[in-house]
Amino acid sequence: MPGSPVLLVGTRKGVFFSSAAGTRSEWTLTGPDFLGHIAQHLVLDPRDRRTLVLAIRTGHLGPTVFRSNDFGRTWSEATRPPAFHSDDRLGRTVEAVFWLTPGHADEAGSWYAGASPQGLFRSDDSGDTWSPVDGWNDHPMWETWAEWPEQNTPDGSMLHSIIVDPRDATHLYLGLSSGGVFESIDAGKDWAPLNIGLASPLLEDVELEYGQDPHCVRQHPAAPDRLYQQNHCGIYRLDRPATRWERIGNQMPTDVGDIGFPIELHPRDPDTAWVFPMDGTDVWPRTSPDGRPAVYVTRDAGGSWARLDAGLPERAWFTVKRQAMCVDDSDPVGVYFGTTSGEIWASADEGASWRCIASHLPEIYSLEVADPVAELR
Amino acid sequence: MVVRIPTPLRSYTGQASRVEARGASLAAVLADLDRQFPGIRFRVVDEQGRLRRHMRVFVNDEMTRDLDTPLTDRDEVTFVQALSGGA
Repeated sequence: MPGSPVLLVGTRKGVFFSSAAGTRSEWTLTGPDFLGHIAQHLVLDPRDRRTLVLAIRTGHLGPTVFRSNDFGRTWSEATRPPAFHSDDRLGRTVEAVFWLTPGHADEAGSWYAGASPQGLFRSDDSGDTWSPVDGWNDHPMWETWAEWPEQNTPDGSMLHSIIVDPRDATHLYLGLSSGGVFESIDAGKDWAPLNIGLASPLLEDVELEYGQDPHCVRQHPAAPDRLYQQNHCGIYRLDRPATRWERIGNQMPTDVGDIGFPIELHPRDPDTAWVFPMDGTDVWPRTSPDGRPAVYVTRDAGGSWARLDAGLPERAWFTVKRQAMCVDDSDPVGVYFGTTSGEIWASADEGASWRCIASHLPEIYSLEVADPVAELR
Repeated sequence: MVVRIPTPLRSYTGQASRVEARGASLAAVLADLDRQFPGIRFRVVDEQGRLRRHMRVFVNDEMTRDLDTPLTDRDEVTFVQALSGGA
């Protein structure tokens, strides 16, 4: 990373920025922008390193997208936010724009958005206008895959983990909080489930083609045939062209388990990934197991896991949402997570040690590392 | 006619709390508001043309969710946020 990273913080009450100096030892928090708005996901376009796209809503008003082409100095609302067709066959409406993914490097200005209900949308003008991806939204199996009209997640089922293969703009993956992982090899015109090997929260010991609950799916940037997934029912790895996920979370300590929301990958080493386990026992507290927060890392593609908790509080009931963990591409890699209790924790040594770099923030929904152009830092 | 704008939507109206709009129905007024203040309509009405769940509209003193409600220039329209909507 040429300059020190900037953290883009999406919270329930607005957007914050946390900027590092030099060695990532000092962090300066600015904001909030959009105070009072639910800032779901804020992402920098890595292709121009100046355009920000923000998925946002309030509790009352309809969801929308804001954009900035000067790294947040000024903002403009999307002319046409993500929305289903006005004559949508199912009468669907976007309740929230949940996930943003920049498009392929060869398709400047392209973006994908995942929504709740589980719709997929695309922009080709840096987020100013959005159109439904009909191949997904009107797929003959959509109602079955998405369990429509059920909304199985408390805030509504959402489409997330949109992945664009860096080798091929037509090769896409996405995740459904109610439905599983799906793949397209024709730019979204057609889709197929990719869930064999994933446990289901509904039926044990049964292999289902769809219906699973992936929380976060990641494609390794240096080894795009490798996918990792933090699922409602464990941590998995898939090496394409194979189609069966392997539960690498079985190697996690049994008293910690392999349930969680986020998963983050080393930018260069395909065998290294970080997770933030949560308690999935009893009524699913979703807080740190036994109230002892820790990040876990694997450096052998899930063959083994190591606990990383130096500097974290001994007792804390943290919850980290699926979009609220990120890594930079420095060496050593910086790892970051934001809690629903409004704290940002950072490690400059790949998780070996941690410090709190921001506190007293609103509930953190998302955390992304940005590397803007020098003149906009 | 006069249209009262709730605080969360005043970023569209230049912070004006009362604006003028024209239309023979609520739907037409909303279209006129969107013409004057681009983007405001979609925050109030979804893509299927329905008033959003946590929004309320009063025509004079009567609350309605029917966007076909007929209007005259003597009517006053008030948009408010419902008491629901979360914290």
